[in-house]
Amino acid sequence: MTASPGAGLGAVAPGGGALVARPKGAGQGRRTSRNQKLVRFVVLLVVLGYLILPLFSMLEFSTRGDFDKATKSFPRSLQSYQAIFTYPNLIDGIVASLQIAVLTVFGMLLLLVPTMVWTVVRVPRMRRVIEFLCLLPLAIPAIVIVVGIAPIYRWMGQNLGAAGGSPLTLALIDIILVLPYSYRAIDSSLRSIDTATLADAARSLGAGWPRTILQVIVPNIRGGILSASVLAVALVLGEFTISSLLSFNTVQVVIFLLGKRDPFVSVAVSLAALVFAFILLFVISRFAPGADRRGQRATEEDSAA
Amino acid sequence: MADSPALLTAPSSSATAGPASSGAGTRRFKGAGNYLALTPFLGYIGLFLILPTLIVTIGALMTNEGQPTPDNIAAMFTTDVFIHSFVKSIQLAVISAILGAIFGALLAWAIVRGDPNGLLRQLVIAASGVLAQFGGVMLAFAFLATFGFGSMIDVYFKNNLGIHLDMSWLYSMTGLVVVYTYFQIPLMVIVFLPSLDGLRQEWYDASASLGGGSWSFWRNVGGPILAPSFLGALLLLFTNAFSAYATAQALISQGCVLITQQIACQMQSEVILGQENVGKALALGMIVIVSAVMLIYAFIQRRASRWAK
Repeated sequence: MTASPGAGLGAVAPGGGALVARPKGAGQGRRTSRNQKLVRFVVLLVVLGYLILPLFSMLEFSTRGDFDKATKSFPRSLQSYQAIFTYPNLIDGIVASLQIAVLTVFGMLLLLVPTMVWTVVRVPRMRRVIEFLCLLPLAIPAIVIVVGIAPIYRWMGQNLGAAGGSPLTLALIDIILVLPYSYRAIDSSLRSIDTATLADAARSLGAGWPRTILQVIVPNIRGGILSASVLAVALVLGEFTISSLLSFNTVQVVIFLLGKRDPFVSVAVSLAALVFAFILLFVISRFAPGADRRGQRATEEDSAA
Repeated sequence: MADSPALLTAPSSSATAGPASSGAGTRRFKGAGNYLALTPFLGYIGLFLILPTLIVTIGALMTNEGQPTPDNIAAMFTTDVFIHSFVKSIQLAVISAILGAIFGALLAWAIVRGDPNGLLRQLVIAASGVLAQFGGVMLAFAFLATFGFGSMIDVYFKNNLGIHLDMSWLYSMTGLVVVYTYFQIPLMVIVFLPSLDGLRQEWYDASASLGGGSWSFWRNVGGPILAPSFLGALLLLFTNAFSAYATAQALISQGCVLITQQIACQMQSEVILGQENVGKALALGMIVIVSAVMLIYAFIQRRASRWAK
């Protein structure tokens, strides 16, 4: 998703080159009427206000101290945040989710990168099929996957010993859940470089496939791999439906259960998690444009040649 | 996000076609081997995506003993609670998709009007990613902290103004619409922003040079061009809300209101009742609805990408 804006402008480039590539702010701004500015201001105020209010409430709610009867108000305190560390279940949930996230990212990259590179280089006609399969989880709600996968997990729990019943097995489904997002991120990176030529060049210089992928292709699609991984981490840390119904205590499940016992702490953890995810994605959106611009330049050179 | 592959197709496909076809000679000999290399990927998808879907589909048409039966499907159409759950879910998805699409499109427009490399744009895009994909349980808590009993607004009115507000709406359908719209707006921003970015400067200029004002531009140029993207995004928002479970469960943990909750209830009670396959029928019903919507979406998407070339 972060890849898109640059891509849109890249497509414009052939006609006017750099002139057309960044007109939005400059050309538009001058012509913007006062009326439009007012509408824009109102829209930003109302919609952003609606989006920010609940987050602000979380901050207010989670920083309450004990009620002060004299002033009829709550003093500010960080006790709810300190209390996070007094719930071992919560810490266990966070640790489990982080482990699942790491496994999911590695599994996803291992599954997706070689397959996608191979498809581009050797079997381009399968590209559509791979894309379809990767986007398929969007058409199958998570709750439906749980219903279908519960028997498989029951079987794993009974036949694969301790490993089969570990929460870490959730990574197996989470890989499926993150496929559509990871696919798009990696795909847009792969399209911005000439993957086939790079691979042919590496192969003709004597590199084997592992080396071609790891040392030639991967460094060129860093941006895509990075956003794919961050999206995967965010999705895994936010995943609730499947872990809850398969009775694994991931961070979301623990937050959910804690909500009934100590809402202040659960709101504190929630806000912390949202802020953490936001920082992750924001850092990525700072990185990704660089990768995009590189792709855009490549496209411009292509069309010039 | 949905548009980006389509937007990128045009320039790079010509680049990949050359080298790939030059390898055609060797492909004849290694053809089968080339496809074999996809086995791990296809096997994984088969095991963890296709197999579960088959278990649901086949289970929906079977008794617990494995005999074919139409009873589970029939139960879905004749049991009042199931019908209500489907209707409620669809209502919620439609309303929240429409609200989310309208406000999300407005927000996206307001952002496109700003500096393309500005801080506001980057902040909103990152925040949208978090709120649209990551939320679930936590967003329900955010609203409980805002409007719930003992929440910021509740406490403020009680202590400072002496007014006891009725906050029970939060735990009803109205509350679900308000909370769902909250994560639909950011999703709309993510999906719709690329289309707005794709509106070309030349089109504004052409419209303006022919004497068109802002209204006439949107009425005659921008509107028609964006209509397919908007409609596609609307459908995506519908499936997003229709499939959601976490938020509803965290807001209304008692009872099986929505279809996703209904399926969860069926799953959790299956040990006692022994009718696990009714849950599978409901799940199959969801697949049918979501797949139908996604098919229309794919069709519209193809039309929407026409202008991006």
